[in-house]
Amino acid sequence: MTNLLRLDAVTKRFGGLVATDTVSLDVPAQGISAVIGPNGAGKTTLFNIISGFLTPDAGRVEFDGADITGWPPEAIAKRGLIRTFQLVQLFDDLTVLENVKVGFHLHTSGGLLSALLPGVRARREERMVESRARDLLQRTGLLAQAETLAAVLPYGQKRLLEITRALAAQPKLLLLDEPAAGLNRQETETLAALLRGIAAGGTAILLIEHDMSLVMSVTDHIAVLDFGRLIARGTPDQVRRNPDVIAAYLGTRGGEAAHA
Amino acid sequence: MNSLASIWAESRRNPVALALWGLAAALVVYVFVYGGYLMAVLQFAFIYVVFVAGLNLFMGFAGQVSFGHNAFAAISGYCSAVLTATYGWEPLPAAAIGIGGALLCALIVGYPVLRLRGHYLAMATLAIGLIVYEVAVQWQSVTQGYMGIAGIAPIGIGRWSITSDRGILLFLLIVAVLSLIAARGIRRSRLGRALVAVAGSEDAARALGIDVARTKLIAFLISAAYAAVAGSLFVHAVGFVSPEVFGLHMVVLAFTMLYVGGIGTVAGPALGALIVALLPETFRGFKDYQDLAYGAALILILIYTPRGLTSLPELWTRRRRAAATRGDGA
Repeated sequence: MTNLLRLDAVTKRFGGLVATDTVSLDVPAQGISAVIGPNGAGKTTLFNIISGFLTPDAGRVEFDGADITGWPPEAIAKRGLIRTFQLVQLFDDLTVLENVKVGFHLHTSGGLLSALLPGVRARREERMVESRARDLLQRTGLLAQAETLAAVLPYGQKRLLEITRALAAQPKLLLLDEPAAGLNRQETETLAALLRGIAAGGTAILLIEHDMSLVMSVTDHIAVLDFGRLIARGTPDQVRRNPDVIAAYLGTRGGEAAHA
Repeated sequence: MNSLASIWAESRRNPVALALWGLAAALVVYVFVYGGYLMAVLQFAFIYVVFVAGLNLFMGFAGQVSFGHNAFAAISGYCSAVLTATYGWEPLPAAAIGIGGALLCALIVGYPVLRLRGHYLAMATLAIGLIVYEVAVQWQSVTQGYMGIAGIAPIGIGRWSITSDRGILLFLLIVAVLSLIAARGIRRSRLGRALVAVAGSEDAARALGIDVARTKLIAFLISAAYAAVAGSLFVHAVGFVSPEVFGLHMVVLAFTMLYVGGIGTVAGPALGALIVALLPETFRGFKDYQDLAYGAALILILIYTPRGLTSLPELWTRRRRAAATRGDGA
């Protein structure tokens, strides 16, 4: 199986704190992978490094055959790596539909000239964006809210919209930072189904998640971080049985906490 | 004209919007027919529609802040004035050079300054406005300092020029409407969505591949172009320019219009410019208390329509919907 994303001994320090400590990780081009770990384990720092919002102090990040270490976020996005944020980052003054349309930014063209005097091509492109954005909203169940301002959506739908918008960018790898945070059980189940659908469509997913039932039910591979270090990786079953994980992450010496 | 039709279709569903636009249209027609002092007030308002529509692109859509767009109006205004009055150029090429010069300045200034955010960006842009003002005052051999330049050629091409008050009013109205249609086109395009995206979350915009620095610079340049057009329009319409025309007062006035009309909306600048230009005239009868009444009216507008006058129709819709819900519950 080919690796889409490859981290090689990535290290990031904030003053005296080593947020990620020589982390090496491979993310395959198919399926759903997850990074788990207790609060403060360095998961979000790792995501920020991968997506270009932080530059590592040492180590390399390779994505889709290119060394993307130190690239700006927009260049990494162009390469096909799209992320969402732990605290949902929507464009509040745009409607739900417009938010998704922004997702198509990388796959469309047209600046000031086509805004002022839209020619045949610009109009065709706008129609294409409109219909595909509506298709995506249909798929994630937000179509009824298409004309609503993003700011006034209920929280669970904001999370879904952020993922919908990311899908519009047609990523090769989708990075989701705690997509189930703040969702109720039913919303989490909807999310799980959506994630499986995305993965089945050929888009690889890497997620950070605290909701263990979600992680165990949807992921193919799990990496476990603790205090900035990678302490385990493997399938959900392997990780669940790993004594280091049980000790460090779950904080107990029994298997039952893994089902929490 | 497609967009005009859709504006009509939208407003037909909302009597408040219809009333607002009807009132504005009636006023314009009245002044056009009967003339008088209000003619000059409306001309002034239409020029400010252009200026504020541009500022709105940068501040309302892209969520940035500028206290210095008067600089770009001053640069093109003075180019127009000096080239026509001193060197006898035609107004059109003079204005074109002025707008080009203002854009060049905006590019040179915008590239470093747009790295700043919030208060820092406000301070830096304020400085640009003050610098251009001082240049206009001090460079007496060209600008004639506080005296100003008179005898600027009216709007026109060759032997054909617009000199009547009605002609100028009509021309300014056309330019103002075109500038609003352009702003509407931008807002509904890929570029416009990128602008509003940058205002919403720079991180999320970057994560979707939007070059934030470039997008801000484009917004800055477009709004500078609007300001430059307004600057040239002003000097050719009035025939006179002095540093005070493009002083800090212009910024304060434009901000008032922007917030009274509704920042971030397409029609806000038009309503804001009309209301703020006309309000002091409405209170002329109050004599000594005119400024007091004007200030009180502005405060009342901002209290009752905190998102500007363009949010009035929306407030009406919401109130009606709320009434309907209550009715259902009863």
